[in-house]
Amino acid sequence: MANWLEVLVYVTAGTTAIVTVILLVRDRPAGDPVYLMLGVAELVLVVQVVAGSIALANTDRDVSGVLFVSYLVGVALALPVGAFWSLAERNRAGTAVLLLAILTVVGLELRLHAIWGGAGA
Amino acid sequence: MPDDRPTLSSGWGRALVFVYGVFAVAATGRSLVQLGTDAGKAPLAYSLSLLAAVIYLVATTCLLAGGRRAWTVAVVACTVELVGVLSVGVLSYVATDLFPDKTVWSHFGQGYAYFPLVLPLAGLAWLRHVRDAHNE
Repeated sequence: MANWLEVLVYVTAGTTAIVTVILLVRDRPAGDPVYLMLGVAELVLVVQVVAGSIALANTDRDVSGVLFVSYLVGVALALPVGAFWSLAERNRAGTAVLLLAILTVVGLELRLHAIWGGAGA
Repeated sequence: MPDDRPTLSSGWGRALVFVYGVFAVAATGRSLVQLGTDAGKAPLAYSLSLLAAVIYLVATTCLLAGGRRAWTVAVVACTVELVGVLSVGVLSYVATDLFPDKTVWSHFGQGYAYFPLVLPLAGLAWLRHVRDAHNE
């Protein structure tokens, strides 16, 4: 699996997380710029689904395929679900949902890396 | 129920439901994979993972459903969850031979950034807050 893609996931998710923390502290609702940043992060995650699947098909490593793909897809689902779920609450709680969704991405991405390295469930 | 009163899944409850939902999916998936691939390796740990998964599912459903009965069930689920994470947390340090593989609750949820420890406390606090708001 490409390392630069992982770095890109952490960079896009990380910057969006910082912005949501600032919004939380200042008690401002998340506006279009945040959703745009989430969109960019999501784009990277969708690319990762494709790139990860190709890498899995071509690797000689002992990677648990089902586990790897479920995390690959799961990490790409967190942001859309979180963004949708936050829409009904355009206040601090809604912004908190966005931050939690980003933290979910980071957590799953770490697991994804471990599974690629041969870790089990 | 008037709109100005919080329901179980509105306001901060919405954030709570999101985390419970993530843990419901994560714990269910993990326990199914564990039990499906090598159930004999750590039967106790894997059964506890499954129990945790069921409790997260129940809590998520109750928070989403709302109402008096769901509130009661949610309190029970969060309490069981708290007892579970505390006892498994202690046991995973004291009786390491009982847990050859990890569960969601081992080491007080260390592998999940201690969310499993904070979650039942946040859940109970939220349920209490909603009850007080309705009794005012």
